[in-house]
Amino acid sequence: MTGSPPKIALSGVNKRFGDKVVLDGLDLTVGKSESLVVIGGSGTGKSVMLKCILGLLRPESGSIMVDGEETVSKTRGDREAMLRKFGMLFQGSALFDSLKVWENVAFGLIQGRHMPRVQAKEIALAKLAAVGLGPEVGELSPSELSGGMQKRVALARAIATEPEVIFFDEPTTGLDPIMADVINELIVKCVKDLGATALSITHDMASARKIADRIAMIYQGKIIWCGKREDIDHSGNAYVDQFINGRAEGPIRMQVRAL
Amino acid sequence: MEFLAAIGRAFLVFLEATGRLALFTSRAVSHCFRPPVYARLIGRQMIDIGYYSLPVVGLTALFTGMVLALQSYTGFARFQAEGAVATVVVLSITRELGPVLAGLMVAGRIGAAMAAEIGTMRVTEQIDALTTLATNPMKYLVAPRLIAGLCMLPLLVVVADIIGVFGGFLVAVYKLGFNPANYLSKSWEYLQFMDVVSGLVKAGVFGFFVSLMGCYHGYHSRGGAEGVGTATTNAVVSASILILISNYLITGMFFSK
Repeated sequence: MTGSPPKIALSGVNKRFGDKVVLDGLDLTVGKSESLVVIGGSGTGKSVMLKCILGLLRPESGSIMVDGEETVSKTRGDREAMLRKFGMLFQGSALFDSLKVWENVAFGLIQGRHMPRVQAKEIALAKLAAVGLGPEVGELSPSELSGGMQKRVALARAIATEPEVIFFDEPTTGLDPIMADVINELIVKCVKDLGATALSITHDMASARKIADRIAMIYQGKIIWCGKREDIDHSGNAYVDQFINGRAEGPIRMQVRAL
Repeated sequence: MEFLAAIGRAFLVFLEATGRLALFTSRAVSHCFRPPVYARLIGRQMIDIGYYSLPVVGLTALFTGMVLALQSYTGFARFQAEGAVATVVVLSITRELGPVLAGLMVAGRIGAAMAAEIGTMRVTEQIDALTTLATNPMKYLVAPRLIAGLCMLPLLVVVADIIGVFGGFLVAVYKLGFNPANYLSKSWEYLQFMDVVSGLVKAGVFGFFVSLMGCYHGYHSRGGAEGVGTATTNAVVSASILILISNYLITGMFFSK
């Protein structure tokens, strides 16, 4: 990394829900125009980490810097301004049921940037085309689309405002392997075209290998390994080895409760 | 000691819930007065609350007015006071039954729908998506509903008052044999401006409570379909209770000596 500050830097971030510690002094940096994928099992704190960066959850302690600016102490108004830099693809797509597909894609332009609807619709249709969807899809309701198409629309919405940072929350969950690969390729293409910084969380290793420049592994609320994508197969970390090979035996013990 | 601890815990939960509702209300109300104003969303909510509730509120008012005329006639006939039927119908409808029944019907129809819609948006991360798209969910989802509820319920009650009085008129004239001109003049004779105004003030307050409870319970729903179902039930029950309590307080404010 160069001397410029990282795009996103988390240090010592703690978050708990009641007695359950979810993030336990988490440290992580994401460089400008870098694609970092955080892998980890269910319930290890991946989504909570993303929500803390976005300000949807407030950590108990620690620092979260975006472009060298502390975000944890920001007021709601300042955070809204900061969020204009971000785009996000949600795990379940989170498309607005009450709006047409093109209105979903144009939402950030119309509401966030106060762009006229006609102009925003043109951009939305262009973004839909960029993810392989025709203009006729724009007039449909989200409920009329398949899961894969919904993910594409969610991706088009995430890139519509040409954000500097894009978050991908489990982008391939629930998709068949071919559609998952299509989404992975679209993510790589869109991120490259925009020159954006990407932070993804997933437990799909095929997805991680395809979209990551660097991979980090989170376990029990901490980053336990971070390195280049090509180094993950010989990380020398038993937790990482167990996870990427999907073995039941190893240092990671799944919490299985007898019924 | 266990018993005292349980009481203490329940009290703390109550205080927490009250504080959370007070904060939610103050934030929601403050967003009603700050730009940007989502006129399109307010208009859509007004149509949902006002126009689409007309049939159910109209039917309720019509049959309530009819029953009221029938009941008061058979009751008053025992002491030869049948002449008071028109006055009883018009005062009962404008002061009490119009706003209260319209409020309860709208709580069942709109409060439940609001809680279910916002609750579903919560559990499917659509509210988080709004935030990440630099849009404040309180301003986008809650403020338009509060404004629409506050404005539309008084209009619905004006319609309900007219239909309710008309229902009483129908029964009195066609079933009980009252003279139509006499009945109408009796209806006007004792009706005062404040009778109607008090009903409309109540309606505004009830509309605010219905929207507030629908939004509040939807916004804080958790845990998938079951959570949304609970939020919907809580929205209707709490709005209904608030309507009945505030009805007494507003009546006391207007009419107690």
